[in-house]
This record gives sequence, C-alpha cells and structure tokens, in this order.
Amino acid sequence: MTPYRVGVVVNPVAGLGGAVGLKGSDGAAVQAQALRRGAVPRAGARAALAVGELLSRLTASRVDLLAIAGELGADAVRLAQAVPARELELPRSGDGADTRAAVRALVEAGAQVVLFAGGDGTARDVLAVRPVVPVIGVPAGVKIHSAVYAVNPRAAGEVAAAFLTGRAGVRAAEVVDAGEEGSPRLYGELCVAALATRIQQRKVGGTVADPDSVAGIAAEIGALIAGGDLVVLGPGTTTRAVAAALGLDVPVAGVSAVDRGGVVAADVGADELRRLVRGRLAWIVVSPTGVQGFLLGRGNQQISPEVVRDVGPGRLLVVSSEAKLATLGGRPLLVDTGDEQLDYEISGFVRVLTGYGSTAMYRSAT
Amino acid sequence: MNRGDEAAAGRTGSVNGVPAGSPGRIAAKPALRRFHQARWDEKLIFELSSPGERGVLPPLPDAGVREVAGDPVADLPAALRRSTPPGLPEMSQLHVLRHYLRLSQENLGVDLNVDVGQGTCTMKYSPKVHDRLVRSAKLADLHPLQDEETVQGVLEIIYRLEQMLCEISGMDRMSLQPGAGSAAIYANVAMIRAYHESRGEAGQRDEVITTVFSHPSNAACAKTAGYQVVTLYPDADGYPDLDALKAAVGPRTAALLITNPEDTGIFNPRIHEFVRIVHEAGGLCAYDQANANGVLGITRARDAGFDLCHFNLHKTFSTPHACGGPAAGACGVTAELARFLPGPVVDFDGTRYTLTTPQDTIGPMRPFHGVAPNLVRAYSWITSLGAAGLREVAEIAVLNNNYLMKRILEIKGASAPYAPGRRRIEQVRYSWRELTEETGVGSHDIGLRAADFGTHYWTSHHPHIVPEPFTLEPTESYSKADLDEYAAILAEIAREARENPETVRTAPHNSTVHRNREDTLDDPSAWAVTWRAYRRKHVAARDR
Ligand SMILES: Cc1ncc(COP(=O)(O)O)c(C=O)c1O
Repeated sequence: MTPYRVGVVVNPVAGLGGAVGLKGSDGAAVQAQALRRGAVPRAGARAALAVGELLSRLTASRVDLLAIAGELGADAVRLAQAVPARELELPRSGDGADTRAAVRALVEAGAQVVLFAGGDGTARDVLAVRPVVPVIGVPAGVKIHSAVYAVNPRAAGEVAAAFLTGRAGVRAAEVVDAGEEGSPRLYGELCVAALATRIQQRKVGGTVADPDSVAGIAAEIGALIAGGDLVVLGPGTTTRAVAAALGLDVPVAGVSAVDRGGVVAADVGADELRRLVRGRLAWIVVSPTGVQGFLLGRGNQQISPEVVRDVGPGRLLVVSSEAKLATLGGRPLLVDTGDEQLDYEISGFVRVLTGYGSTAMYRSAT
Repeated sequence: MNRGDEAAAGRTGSVNGVPAGSPGRIAAKPALRRFHQARWDEKLIFELSSPGERGVLPPLPDAGVREVAGDPVADLPAALRRSTPPGLPEMSQLHVLRHYLRLSQENLGVDLNVDVGQGTCTMKYSPKVHDRLVRSAKLADLHPLQDEETVQGVLEIIYRLEQMLCEISGMDRMSLQPGAGSAAIYANVAMIRAYHESRGEAGQRDEVITTVFSHPSNAACAKTAGYQVVTLYPDADGYPDLDALKAAVGPRTAALLITNPEDTGIFNPRIHEFVRIVHEAGGLCAYDQANANGVLGITRARDAGFDLCHFNLHKTFSTPHACGGPAAGACGVTAELARFLPGPVVDFDGTRYTLTTPQDTIGPMRPFHGVAPNLVRAYSWITSLGAAGLREVAEIAVLNNNYLMKRILEIKGASAPYAPGRRRIEQVRYSWRELTEETGVGSHDIGLRAADFGTHYWTSHHPHIVPEPFTLEPTESYSKADLDEYAAILAEIAREARENPETVRTAPHNSTVHRNREDTLDDPSAWAVTWRAYRRKHVAARDR
C-alpha cells in the first residue's frame, strides 16, 4: 500500500506575542519584544499535538511525514515521537518568506495535505503560494480569524486523517487578517480539508457555505440579472459563492460588476463603478463582515457613498445566511460610509436576503 | 478495549474513594449508570430472505367454495394485477420476530432512558393502558369506508376530542385530520391563503412573518405554500423584536406564524401586541402550539387574539411520535375561518354523529379521518387527567424545566443564551460555547458521549443560531431523581472534556454503531430509505 504523505510546517514565532499581551507576532521588532518579555515559543508544541493525533488515527497505515528541517517542522514531528520520512533543508530568512518557501517545497515533495501551524499572518503566506493540495491550519497564532484553522491542534490532526482516508471533503475557507486600523480584512480563500465541526467557523462567521442559502440567494440575484439589471457584488465568501452558483467567477476580495452578459468588470474601484452604473438600473449586493457586521465602509470602500447614491440606497441588497447573521450575537449591522447622511438613511431595519423567498428583518446602525 | 472504556472504568471503579469491589463494603450511592448496547450485526430484512420460507400458509379454499366463487383474482381488472410477484422477504414468523427484537435492542428508545434531551419534541410517557383501547377490536377492526351508522362510537370520540381541544385553545373548531405538526401548520397556511383569496387579497398578501426561534416548520410550510418569509431576530433582551415586527408588517402581510414559548423556552410577554400589529395590517395570526406542555390550562391561543393554532397530539397529548410514521396533529380556527378547515369533520345533531365537509374546505390533508388510534390515545390521556390534571401537567413541566436549568447552569462551560436570568417555560436551548472554546469538545460529541451513560441529546435545528447548542425539555414524566441523574451525566462529561477530551471526542464507546457518517445524510446520491434505493445506490455501485 502506498503510504500517505503529509507535509508539516511550523511558523516558529507564531503566538509569541499573545502570551505577553501583544496583539500579534508579525514583524521582527514585535518578536524581539515578546522574547524580551519572556514569551515561550509554542507553535512547535501545538503542531506536535496535531501530528500525534494524526498518527494515532492512522495506526494501521503507513504515514510518511515530510517536514522542513529544524524548528520549521521536523522538531515538532520528533516532539510527537515520530520520525520524519523526509527532512527538507531550506535557506532561512526569518520572516514570512520561510513559510512560503516551505509550503512550495512540501507540495513539490508530494504532500497530499499540508499541516501548517501559525496564525492569520501565516495563513496569508500559505495563501500567497496557492498550494494545489488542501491544507489545514493548526491554530498557534495570536490572531486566529481565518476559517482555515481547525478548532484546536488535535482537531487539525483528526481532520487530516479523515481527509486521507476519504472521510472528509474539502472546501474553500477564508483567510482573514487585521488590515489597517485593526479591522479584519479578507485576503482570499484557501482550499482546506474539512469536517463540519472540526474546522473553525465562528470567529469571522466567514465560511457561511450553507449551500441551501447560497443557492437560494443566487436564484434571487439571478432573477435580477436575467431582468437585464447590472449587479455590483461586494467582497466576501457569500457574494463569491452566489456568483459561482450563477456560473460567474469573481475575486473574493474585490468588488465586481456582473450582468446578463457575464462579468462586466472585476476588482474595480469607486470611479469605475460610478461609470458602470451610470444610466443603468443597478443593484449593490453586499454581505456583512462576520462578527463585526459591517455592511459598508470596511473592506469595501470601493462602494463609495457616491456609488450608493448613484444606484439608490433602496437598491442596496444585503445577503447573508441565517447562520452568519447569528454570529453577530444580536448586535446590529453597521454602516460607516463616511457620509453621515447616507449612513442615517441606511440605518434602522434592513431586509437581509437569507435564501430563496426568505428575508430577515435586521437592525442596522451607524 | 479502547481508551474511552479504560478511562471510564477507572472512574467508576471507586465510589467516594472506596474501591467498588472492597470486601464488606457496599457503595452508599451508585455511581453513574453505565449503558452497553446490544450488537447483533443484524442484516437488513431483505437480506435475511430465504426462498420458499413462509410466515403464514393460508389454506386453499374448499372445493365447494371454489366452485361458487371462482378465481377471485381473475375478477380484478388486468391493470390492477401484478405481472410478477412482489419482491418481499420470505421468512418464518420466528425469524421476523427475532429480527425486530434484535433491532429494538440496538436502540436507545424513549421508554428506556431519561429522554429529556429531545427538546422541542416533548418526550413524555405514553401510558401503555391506552394501547389496550387502541388494540381493541372495536377500533382495530374498523374500516374507514364503513357506513357512518356503524362507527358512531369512534366518531363520538373524535367529536368529543375536538370539543376538548377547542376548550383548551379557546378556538371554535378543530380538524384532527393532519398526520403531524408540520401537516397542521401547512393546513393553517393553506387556510390563511384561502381566507385572503376569499377577500380578493391573495395576490397582494404574499409575505409571512415568523421569528428565528419559532420552530422552522413555520417558515418551511409558508415557503412550501409559495409565501415569501420574513424572519425576525431577537431584540437586545432576547425577546422577539417588536420594532422589527413593526418594520416588517404592511399591505403584503398575509400572516404571522409564531411559536410561544419559542424554541429557546422564552415566553414572549408582548404576544398580544404582536397579534394586534399584524391584525391592524390585515394579516392573520397562527400560533404554533406544538409544544403546549408548559401552558396547558394556563394560557389559550384565542385569548391572546390568535385566529388559528395547532397542537401536536404526539407531544403534549402523549401519543407516540412514531418516527416519521403516523403521529397526529390538530389545527384549530375561529368560527370565521371554520368553513376553510380540512375535511371531513365530525358534526353532531344531538342524536347522530356525521362526517361533513366544510363549505370552502382547503381539501383533505390525508386520506379519511386522521390517525384514529392516536386520536383515541389523546382522548384517553385528556379524560384520565381532567381539566385540573392538565394544568398540573403544565405546572410540573415548568417546575421540572427550571429545576433542571438550575442544575445545568451549575456546570462550568454551560450557558443559556438570550434573556439571561429569566425563567423559561417548558424547555431551554443551552450552549456549550464556553466549554468548546476551552476544550475543543463540541456539543455533538457530548451528546454522543451521553449514550455511554444510557441517555442522549439532540443539539438543535440547523442552522445553529445558538453556538454548540443542546435543547432539553424535561416534561412532567420525569422525577427529580431522573433530572439529577441527567444533570450529573452532563457534569461528568464536561469534566471529561477538560481532563480527558479524547474519551468524549471518540464517543460513543458502548453503542452498536460507533459514529455515523452524517455528511451522507445530506447527500441525495448516498441516502437510501428503501431497499430498492439501497441496492441501486450502494450494492449495484459496489459491484460495478
Ligand atoms: C414548535 C414546533 N412546531 C412544529 C413542529 C413540527 O411537528 P412535527 O414534527 O409533528 O411535524 C415541532 C416539532 O418538533 C415543534 O417543536
């Protein structure tokens, strides 16, 4: 029987900042400060838990662990009392480039799935490589907003084992990290191995992939498009999944415009949007950011107050699955377009399209 | 033995520090009950078929009879005759009996465990004495096409049961025809549409309003009937949001479909106002009283202003749930709407009971007159308790629930989101969010681990609005000792989640089936509810 091949990479500085009260661990200065304050690296130990779990679930099979040498992977494998089948030596640069090079090397070496230990910054580096095999995040960082992480380290091993033995599927999951001003920003999606209850969902409420509501929302939006209208799609997993259900491929992180003829423009800015909606019946479709619930003004500034006014505030369509709305925990949806009058007009109650023939009457506030 | 068993054995091996097997010592208090399911590796009944084996051999007709009657099959129209015999399993009576007894042992059924974990299902004791009435030939041998004159007894029971349910709800008329709660809700939606049609407003009124914690059957039935559904979320206090309702109603409003108490167990104290606002907009109000167990004899749908309501006889009124088989629903309406009821209904002129079809009926919900055996059971249950007894049922159910809530909230990591600190009516939707964040062990795992202690729970409808949910409904059937046992089991599992999460995450350890692959339940290419579908999707696929 051919052995299973699992790649292991650790971001050794992930999580350094957390234990000593810093908001993250990105950047050499923060890491040095953390070490000065007495932080103890823990990413390797967390990765070892995942590896141990993986092996304990596949005792009947041969598992070849491919690991980057030293604290970037192999040490964690040994900590789990296992021996790497291959140790890949890589030049080190001490920053995110290490993670990127490591994931590339592991995929090239034939890994069927890659376990990576880190936080949101690490996930962005993995995303940059666009690996062709599924990955699973072992949560070890300070910031874990991305939906690519398992709910805990052992769960990552459990999911990897389930994936290798055909008991878990894959799905697209969001990579989110703090942008400027600390508000979460969506960077893109990674293909992760997933078991429903083992992969983190809640933090960003991001991965809404509730197939029923996506298909239902898509049917409603599709009817607008079929009627000849232009539809401006804000960023996010929901809007992207809705577009995909309509056979349209739009980038997850940008604003796009679609109509009967297909994608009119992808990843466009405010001026371009104003030009596109001029003289046309148009709709703006946005999905709230998870947890915080921003409709406008965070991560989608391209949909400027002028664009909203050109289209008409009454033609702002909010879409979300009921589950994602629930992650707001009762807090209102938020608008902060920079145009107070417009924010006021949008606040009150909005009808959120939650599925086919379904809306939620939900509070919004400025 | 797997790890979970060892851990568990270690734990129950001593009681209060005294080794269980110590000579001369008897444990003062039994440790938590352990449960082990039988495992029979039983095949499907179709796979047990043995060609030529028979359960019954009907005697051939005597020669004289045959001469007079001829071949009765030949009298059937050709189109009704099978060309090949049906592919039924061929088995002796003993083999059939043994098969089903084995299956029953691979089960954790309602009469075996402290079944409070199926919140919203109102699991209560179904008194076995009522089954004697149902099995009596006086009922069992009746045929629905019999002449009315010959079934006056069962018609009287149906009629009197309707009267009682009208008294309990305040409604003017009821149909007992729906086969379950959702069927009754659907009947109510169909009557709402018929009402608006009769006023020429059906085209305009295309929206139904509900709340996110009303049972999802309400939204589902409205959608099935073609309505747009508008869902309200709770306000900051955890109650259905009155301002959201005001924003939602208008000339498009056909109806409000609402559960109260909601699935969270929270009673909406402004229900009168909800009803008034919807009425002012020209809509009707339907009260989902599937779980009326906590308000029986205390509040009435009609008194709160509702136009329609429904009961699940298989919950509040004790009849078996029947797992997708025949349960029993009842839908009630005001006099104004009675002409739309599904039919037939039973009328009484002072001497005779007759079956009549309401004038503008929405049509039958199922063949004939409803699930008669369950109607008889519900009738027996109500009459055996009497009016005062019904109220006592509600009071004990509410008391049990609030007692259990106190015990559950003592467990670190468990919470009851929404309206914190308030009493609940008959059930509570709890959350293990804190425990899950701390240990990584989720609610689903805990529910499965409970099976090793001889009980279980169900989490909640999807999507999970309350994170890591579990919903408990301890009806009047359970004693304080039962509830203490149940709470102790959950406390023990919460402890395990912290100290030995693996035991919980890999549970159940003592059940027939370890873990089901639940994703296939959502996969039409994998699910198979008939033998034929199983063969097509699995056996044939495997052989290819
Ligand atoms: C409040 C409520 N309404 C409706 C229903 C649906 O009833 P049934 O399962 O009989 O269709 C249920 C069942 O759980 C319920 O709890």
